[in-house]
Amino acid sequence: MFNVENIRKDFPILSRKVNGKPLVYFDNAATSQTPQQVIDVIVDYYSNYNANIHRGVHALSQEATDKYEQARKKIQTHFNAKFAHEIIFTSGTTHGINLVANGFSSILKKGDEIIVSALEHHSNIVPWQMLCERSGATLKVIPMNLEGELVMNAYDKLLSKNTKLVFVNHISNALGTINPIEHIIEKAHGVGAAVLIDGAQACPHLKPDVQALDVDFYVASAHKMCGPTGEGMLYGKESWLKKLPPYQGGGEMIAEVTFEKTTYAELPHKFEAGTPNICGGIAFGAAIDYMNSIGFDAIAKYENELLEYATKKLLDIDGLKIYGTSKNKTSVISFNLEGIHPYDVGTILDKLGIAVRTGHHCAQPIMDYFKIPGTVRASFAFYNTKVEIDTLVEGVKKAKMMLA
Amino acid sequence: MIVSIEDIQKELIDEFSMFEDWEERYQYMIDLGKDLPLIDDQYKTDSNIIKGCQSKVWVHAEMKDDKLVFTADSDAIITKGIIAILIRVFSNQHPKDIINAETDFIDKIGLKEHLSPTRANGLVSMVKQLKLYAIAYQTQLK
Repeated sequence: MFNVENIRKDFPILSRKVNGKPLVYFDNAATSQTPQQVIDVIVDYYSNYNANIHRGVHALSQEATDKYEQARKKIQTHFNAKFAHEIIFTSGTTHGINLVANGFSSILKKGDEIIVSALEHHSNIVPWQMLCERSGATLKVIPMNLEGELVMNAYDKLLSKNTKLVFVNHISNALGTINPIEHIIEKAHGVGAAVLIDGAQACPHLKPDVQALDVDFYVASAHKMCGPTGEGMLYGKESWLKKLPPYQGGGEMIAEVTFEKTTYAELPHKFEAGTPNICGGIAFGAAIDYMNSIGFDAIAKYENELLEYATKKLLDIDGLKIYGTSKNKTSVISFNLEGIHPYDVGTILDKLGIAVRTGHHCAQPIMDYFKIPGTVRASFAFYNTKVEIDTLVEGVKKAKMMLA
Repeated sequence: MIVSIEDIQKELIDEFSMFEDWEERYQYMIDLGKDLPLIDDQYKTDSNIIKGCQSKVWVHAEMKDDKLVFTADSDAIITKGIIAILIRVFSNQHPKDIINAETDFIDKIGLKEHLSPTRANGLVSMVKQLKLYAIAYQTQLK
């Protein structure tokens, strides 16, 4: 049974104070907080079996290797990948995207096209621009509408036999829109293009099934789903991962090295050069266990309640405008007060112990579209409460009073 | 007769010491922002924007007699208050005095949280920019 008061006890940070006020943490879309269950796993790793993996014959190394590979299996099961070796540990979503972009630079040629969406995070635009510069391919952009939704008619028209890769986020970080990735994937496959989905914002809220989606690549970050920073995963279909060249050279990724020729290791190690974030990988597995123990259905249901409650309460404030009004969105509210800079609102909220994000959220093109310098973004997680939302609403009212 | 940078800083510290909590302090800062000597529109150019701020800050400097006069603007009101405080301290002063001025008054008026170089409002960048103007004009004077 979902009980938010019990859940909150798992997160030590939620009981601290900021600027003398109880912390209200509404910057979950930037990073989620860490439950004791995951912290314990990190402490246990460094206290009891810290060792380098895949090489040592000694007991600690074996133990660490087992735990690390168990974590990979947990991730495989969670995302319903066909094989564990289709899960590549990365330092996070950005790393995974760059790994795929780099791989495609040897596949793409002049005249090929890559499609991205207007809802992308900067980290999702730059690697493709770099890839286009290297390969001579061109970048096409799926436009968005005033609700902050991607325009699917326009997408269908962008697709052609020249399309080689489509890249879209599952959920927009700035607006919270859930994109119709099933449609996007199906249509892309219709013209023979591969699809990479950025799941950074989706994985804290829902459980993607990569086989049901038939997606070619899917990336996520541990730190947005109750895990540690500097850790993430790339799912790739086996056939694609075999086709792509290694990203970085180094230890772990080689089978045999002579000065004449190096043969690469089998999947997944081919893409995991050097000593990985071992503790991070194991803790990622623990974070997934933790979230599944709460249950994604319960999480989605509760967060939806929070979203509806907060949307209604915030819209009661005169002059408050919400950006991103799709019916299909997660618990993210991007807003502005009329005539007031988001930075000012964020500063006052901070003084009240309320953590929100202000600015362009690394999504400048979206802000340009709405012709605003940025927004205040409050993003809720399953450990937030309606009482906290009331505190936010009072804070926004106070900010309005002080700043208007 | 110009009031020295040090005396203005003391004045500010006195004014801010009257406030009991952050709310009064911020309200005062917001009010100061409303009296900011506004930059002439012709100088509101991209090259006059101070980098490192989440909000936009424009600053213009010009010499009047042997003193440096600053005007500025920002699209955020708290930022406007911060730059107004800095301008009250540094504007209408000799470039060499601006260059040599200490900036620990910012801490003393309870705005320490804005001092961190990683803070997105760029108070540090603002101070640096005002001092850079002073250095540039001082070099011209020589």
